[in-house]
Amino acid sequence: MTVADGTSTGIGLRHLLSTEALRRDQAEALLDTAAGMEQALTGRAVRKLPTLRGRTVVTLFYENSTRTRVSFEVAGKWMSADTINVSASASSVSKGESLRDTAATLGAAGADCLIVRHPASGAPHRIAAWLDRVGHSHLGAEGHVAVVNAGDGTHEHPTQALLDAATLRARLGRVEGAHVAIVGDVLHSRVARSNAHLLATLGARVTLVSPPTLLPVGVESWPVAVSHDLDATLGGDAAGGAPDAVMMLRVQAERMHGGFFPSAREYAIRFGLSQARADRLADHAVVLHPGPAVRGMEIASSVADSSRAAITEQVTAGVHVRMAVLYHLLAGEDVA
Amino acid sequence: MPSRQRGAPGSGGASAEGERELLSAADLARTVARVAHEIIERTAPDGGEQAPPVVLLGLPTRGTYLARRLAERITEITGAVVPTGTLDPTLYRDDLRLRPTRALAETELPAAGIDEAVVVLVDDVLMSGRTVRAALDALRDHGRPRAVQLAVLVDRGHRELPIRADYVGKNVPTNRSEDVAVRLVEVDGEDGVSLR
Repeated sequence: MTVADGTSTGIGLRHLLSTEALRRDQAEALLDTAAGMEQALTGRAVRKLPTLRGRTVVTLFYENSTRTRVSFEVAGKWMSADTINVSASASSVSKGESLRDTAATLGAAGADCLIVRHPASGAPHRIAAWLDRVGHSHLGAEGHVAVVNAGDGTHEHPTQALLDAATLRARLGRVEGAHVAIVGDVLHSRVARSNAHLLATLGARVTLVSPPTLLPVGVESWPVAVSHDLDATLGGDAAGGAPDAVMMLRVQAERMHGGFFPSAREYAIRFGLSQARADRLADHAVVLHPGPAVRGMEIASSVADSSRAAITEQVTAGVHVRMAVLYHLLAGEDVA
Repeated sequence: MPSRQRGAPGSGGASAEGERELLSAADLARTVARVAHEIIERTAPDGGEQAPPVVLLGLPTRGTYLARRLAERITEITGAVVPTGTLDPTLYRDDLRLRPTRALAETELPAAGIDEAVVVLVDDVLMSGRTVRAALDALRDHGRPRAVQLAVLVDRGHRELPIRADYVGKNVPTNRSEDVAVRLVEVDGEDGVSLR
């Protein structure tokens, strides 16, 4: 169940809380719109669209972020929305205000959209459910505050998965049928979870490559294959074929309390994308990293800087994807 | 599905009965040829170095193909090559909030840009004028043309804004509840315009 259902808007999106709940037609519409946004902004004298004039987008971040918060803000501003950034450390949250009260306050203050990042999995879902229950006078009887999950704990980060899919589309020309290896700290990665579901929905084949200690419980129910040997996966697996894309995940030391692997050095040797490993990839294969990358740990510096890596393209795609998300959540008619 | 400019929302679902042909395939070709002649007369695209360049920008979907056809006719007649492009005004519409979100269409401007050019916007059906208004706003963000003109295949009336076409293929008095359906080979497999 999610509150992301509802069929009356163009693609039937009220909130964007997870990729698991996203239908294929919705995901493809978002990617098509993102491509359209890129095209609409290319080679222009003025990089500003009037589409969301008079709409207010609030980013509510309980965790640090550079690229996600900035790209949401840029996406909103390029479509003429008013964007306001709230960070937990500089708000009433530091005085002890609850998540529910903070969300209600921002809704009552006139937000049309809340972009939420929170260390607790499920926090954006709760906010969406709370805000759906109360009316918002500035939005009329039918109006609702749209909630976008910008990363919740170890659960999901749907816009990251969408921008990864957009990057793969641009680089490979397709997502369907592609083989994508997601390598590293899957346990703590909302990026891995969102990508596994979205890529499967879009028809790609996903292999998770990770030490057993860094795989989440219940991974066998995900639409993916699992490997513990990076070299074997890069060489091609039983289902046929080496990966068309390798997505390296950051080892999230801040979420680790205990020994998940013997040493950073051993991890880098067994699961890092070294130059030697990158050289074995197919010519067309793409290297993705959601950032921030820890060079020398999960990815060698020379690989991160090579033309194979699409790391900066991912950031650019992130702006277009977030424009597409805001467009579909905010531009059309508001329905209950 | 043919392009329709519809009166009241939800008035669709018109059946084939009560359909009246406004332009046959041959009529449509003649109309495009006539409008091409009018554009040449007004803008002199073969005017040489000192004349401002002429750019035909179609509004998706069918305006894009009409713009290409007009450019081909103009080249046949004058030998001058007229750059064409396509401009999607969706993100500039003033009625976004009134409907479910729409998919975006293609935007592709000629590489030389539109600054100092005479831009002719091309659309299939002119009704309220709101699409053209959105296109004028979009154009402003892409550059500063010397002049903007408007060419439409069918003007069906019911204007809601002070907008007028410079070139009209056919004026058709219509009822708001009727649909004007433009069909083009490139999109619909055949040429023709009908009213239903």
